[in-house]
Amino acid sequence: MQTKDMSMRKLLGLILYISFILLPIYWLLMMSFKTNEEILAQLTLWPQDFTFKNYITIFTDSTWYMGYVNSMIYVVLNTAITLTVALPAAYAFSRFKFVGDKHLFFWLLSNRMAPPAVFLLPFFQLYSSVGLFDTHLAVALAHCLFSIPLAVWILEGFMSGVPKEIDETAFIDGYSFGRFFIKIFLPMIRSGIGVTAFFSFMFSWVELLLARTLTSVDAKPISAIMTRTVGAAGIDWGLLAAAGVLTIIPGILVIWFVRNHVAKGFALGRV
Amino acid sequence: MDATLSLELQNIGLVADNQTYLEDINLTFESGAFNVLLGRTLAGKTSLMRVIAGLDKPTAGNVLLNGENITRCSVQKRNVSMVYQQFINYPHFSVWENIASPLKIAKVPAQEIKRRVSEIAELLHIEPFLHKQPLELSGGQQQRCAMARALVKDAQIILFDEPLVNLDYKLRETLRFELKALFKKRESIAIYATTEAHEALALGGTTTLLHEGRVLQNGEALQQYYQPADLHAADLYHEPPMNRLNVSIKERKLRVESSLSAQAETSSSTHAEALIATDIELNKNDYLASLNDGIYQCAVRPDQVYLTSTHLSELVITGQVDLAEISASETFVHVTLSDPAFDSLTWVVHLQGIHDFDPDAKLRLFVAVKDMYLFDQQGASVCSPKLALAPKSKELS
Repeated sequence: MQTKDMSMRKLLGLILYISFILLPIYWLLMMSFKTNEEILAQLTLWPQDFTFKNYITIFTDSTWYMGYVNSMIYVVLNTAITLTVALPAAYAFSRFKFVGDKHLFFWLLSNRMAPPAVFLLPFFQLYSSVGLFDTHLAVALAHCLFSIPLAVWILEGFMSGVPKEIDETAFIDGYSFGRFFIKIFLPMIRSGIGVTAFFSFMFSWVELLLARTLTSVDAKPISAIMTRTVGAAGIDWGLLAAAGVLTIIPGILVIWFVRNHVAKGFALGRV
Repeated sequence: MDATLSLELQNIGLVADNQTYLEDINLTFESGAFNVLLGRTLAGKTSLMRVIAGLDKPTAGNVLLNGENITRCSVQKRNVSMVYQQFINYPHFSVWENIASPLKIAKVPAQEIKRRVSEIAELLHIEPFLHKQPLELSGGQQQRCAMARALVKDAQIILFDEPLVNLDYKLRETLRFELKALFKKRESIAIYATTEAHEALALGGTTTLLHEGRVLQNGEALQQYYQPADLHAADLYHEPPMNRLNVSIKERKLRVESSLSAQAETSSSTHAEALIATDIELNKNDYLASLNDGIYQCAVRPDQVYLTSTHLSELVITGQVDLAEISASETFVHVTLSDPAFDSLTWVVHLQGIHDFDPDAKLRLFVAVKDMYLFDQQGASVCSPKLALAPKSKELS
């Protein structure tokens, strides 16, 4: 009896906890199905006047949906660049000794200690003068400044967990370096790659300051569009809420796909 | 393959981070038998293997395979394979893919890969596990998988770096036996590193003793056991180590010298009780008789110290029992020599059968002159007992 009691109490606690956390998200979701009049007029737990109008606006108005496309493009770009650069770098840090390797490794991490705002001005000026301003690549590269050091740090932890003898055995077996790296080494640290990809994706997806400053029209991210929805008729609450819901979805999807790797990665590596 | 393969190391040296790993190594390995590298940890066994494999480049000297200099040859281009002490397999490949991987890289036709993998799997008794992942297997099976991968590609040089250390005793025996049988039929140079003397003795073949990056002795293991080149070599072969004593030979007289030899000289009368027979007249035909006068380090194997008289010309020393270790059918008695001049030197007596001793019991230890190994002050061998082969046992008819 007692154990049943305990589990009931635990369950109750868990439900309370989760509903507390999910309340804002629930509210956002409900708001996205309401009309502006309902949102402003009364407090309702469930949309009285259920509508998809807000979503339809987003999916039909190119100024809205291009925001998502733009965000997606630079986020994927950032993740791809981060992985292609960080994998060899982390391999070098984990396998080779070279002059100043430890200092360089720490310096990489110290890059993350500066707030993104510090880099705003140099990036803006530099990108404007080389014609990168308002491109997806501009945002992706700016985000790399933060995601690459973290990626190297995480990947190095995973790579150091792979015995060096594996590399040597592969070379003895006749594998060339490239083939060994792709066929043997990468599969062995796939959890680490999952964790790294997750972190750089998420960082880039939620980052607002750099993304907004380095773009104007062509590569404007969704997070920037969402902050500029004050129209002549006031704030379009329902539309904003719908945009918010759609912004959460990619994050949920990414977490869903990498959840196993991330859980393993959290347990094993350096996160 | 026709002619025997040969691997020659010329003046190999390896220095890294101001530390000398190998120094002036000159060795020749040949196919057909096991070449054993015997040495303690950090003796340079692994360093030497890595140089042979091409994983490390030597800082001096050359590696020659069949007369061709391969010192600067990359790992991939050398025809070697290696089995590590740790069980190294590719964890995300199945056992079959693991074994097949070197063949796939070498672009061997698929049919041939299939044939060779199943052949080697059969030899090493791992056919039932071919479709499992290595990490699902027991340690012994994992190491078999690693060995199969090393053997399948028919490399000219196969390196075993203490492959059996992480296995349990029984498995080790079986695998060693199988390996030995396997290499009788193969045309490749097998080099096997171990820290254990009995492994070297069991595998037979040429044994190279390594100590602090240098070659101590090279030859038959059994011969090294009986005729060690120096004290390090003698120690490598004996666990528990050989019992030591300083002796002097003067005018055909063997005399025990305590560590405080000068004192022993003057007050020999007080030692009379502790060292009952410390002076021995050497017979003309004693093999020590021909030695020059001087002080030597004497070593005696633990199984050649007796508790009863040998009735030969012998040394008698008294000691006190520290403890008696009983290991199945043998007893190892640790004895501290009584005479204070020996600075509580301990000896180990290896007895057959189970013997019980009271702690602190006083014992007389008998050492026959014919069993003494003598080394000079620097530790180099001066003379070893003659190897007496037991007559061949008669077969039952």
